[in-house]
Amino acid sequence: MILVRRSHSVLPGFGVALGCTLLYLGLVVLVPLAAAFLKTFTLSWDAFVATVTAPRVVASLKLSFGAALAAAAINAVFGLLVAWVLVRYRFVGRRLIDALVDLPFALPTAVAGIALTAIYAPNGWIGKPLADGFGLKVAFTPLGILVALVFIGLPFVVRTVQPVLEDLEKELEEAAQSLGASPVQAFTRVILPTVTPALLTGFALAFARAVGEYGSVIFIAGNMPMVSEIAPLMIITKLEQYDYAGATAVAVVMLVFSFALLLAINGLQWWSRRYAEERP
Amino acid sequence: MAAVLDRAVSGAAPRERRRRFAWAPALLVGAALAYLALFLFAPLAAVFYEALRKGWDVYAAAISESDAWAAVRLTLLAAGIAVPANLAFGIAAAWTIAKFDFRGKSLLVTLIDLPFSVSPVVSGLIYVLVFGLQGWLGPWLSEHDAKVIFAVPGIVLATIFVTFPFVARELIPLMQAQGRDEEEAAVLLGANAWQLLWRVTLPNVKWGLIYGVILCTARAMGEFGAVSVVSGHIRGMTNTLPLHIEILYNEYQFTAAFACASLLAILALVTLALKTWVEWRQAKETP
Repeated sequence: MILVRRSHSVLPGFGVALGCTLLYLGLVVLVPLAAAFLKTFTLSWDAFVATVTAPRVVASLKLSFGAALAAAAINAVFGLLVAWVLVRYRFVGRRLIDALVDLPFALPTAVAGIALTAIYAPNGWIGKPLADGFGLKVAFTPLGILVALVFIGLPFVVRTVQPVLEDLEKELEEAAQSLGASPVQAFTRVILPTVTPALLTGFALAFARAVGEYGSVIFIAGNMPMVSEIAPLMIITKLEQYDYAGATAVAVVMLVFSFALLLAINGLQWWSRRYAEERP
Repeated sequence: MAAVLDRAVSGAAPRERRRRFAWAPALLVGAALAYLALFLFAPLAAVFYEALRKGWDVYAAAISESDAWAAVRLTLLAAGIAVPANLAFGIAAAWTIAKFDFRGKSLLVTLIDLPFSVSPVVSGLIYVLVFGLQGWLGPWLSEHDAKVIFAVPGIVLATIFVTFPFVARELIPLMQAQGRDEEEAAVLLGANAWQLLWRVTLPNVKWGLIYGVILCTARAMGEFGAVSVVSGHIRGMTNTLPLHIEILYNEYQFTAAFACASLLAILALVTLALKTWVEWRQAKETP
């Protein structure tokens, strides 16, 4: 990383502030992360591949990524709906609901985990009617993991789409309608293209958060190997067996994916900013 | 009569269409509320319902138990160190990024966001790899009789890592938007660095700063995955409140687990209330 000061500034403190920032960033974030990558080098390439392609590990990675993708997709649809309802309609309790949307950010994941388990268990408020009526078991199955991940990712899409919808001029939509577009056409042709960058950003953020989620999932998942064991739990299991290299190998697969996703999110945010600036 | 005129002027289509879709708002609001009820309100209500199900006395006994208090104290200690540390870093980082131009700036901003995209379990693991007995510094630490992993310092470090970006992330865009004019004017009028920070920069970003600290504190007190890896789960010693909840729950002490969970749920609600208040103040102060 080359950090060169480009233009002269009259403001003081560049050296000190940059030095403190880099030192703290290095010690707290970069050095420990480097430790993970260096630890995997104690494994040979074949041993690394054997670890991460073991059936139980592959099953856990598939489950984590699959469930996270499904949860993010559900949140993309319903998050857009919630954002739309909060921006466009006035109803009793709207402000309260607007504030409560951020609950998954503020509520500790362990609390969310036991609460979701209590209501989606076969004797819970929602679990019982589902089990009696449809024979559907939610808690202690992969479906329970999906429920927990939907909860965790709920605010992301709402909070990325909401400001875009607020800025959207109603005239544009009205113009489309008075030119003969149906409300559905006005939505798909005028509104949807405008919110797409924000929607994708929210989707990617919810996805990234859900892939690594641990606290809320382990209570509701049932944690059966090959069936409902998520990748972060796989890491914990390997750690408890003192298999540090194995745990790190799984962690590195997840880290590489998270970094790729982080770059994608940065790209998306840059795109949505440019999109917003281009609009008159 | 008016309807006839209206029809003559604008054509029949829009008005009829509007009537045909009159049910749409009610349906959309209903669907959104059903979704939120299923995934948001029900869990929140369940925490308090389960906590108070066996009566107030059982609840009071559960939250006044000594292991619970030890967990509360450790949670407050970890947050009490992590939040100020990340606050100081956030101010330094935002000052560097917002007030100066240098190469590699966008890389630096990306690196600051990094902890957000790392799984909590992996966040704990990387500290085990550095400070654990098998890790880089482990042998040296055990020679000097110091313990980081399965002890309080590890919990503090893991908490710092997961809450690392919160303050910086709020401050950077805010300070970038405010530009450098005020600071440059202050310097020309003879202000030193310290005066600049306390009299000009920080008062300008006051609400963003408070906002970042609120979110940082909430996450610091609620972190589970990262802390779980480094804690070792020693009762009354290295259990934070979220970890204490897990232990109670796994021992089938459901009421006690939900009683402790209700404390954190109240904390979450206070966080949301403060956050909403700060947003409201911020909106009022920016014309």
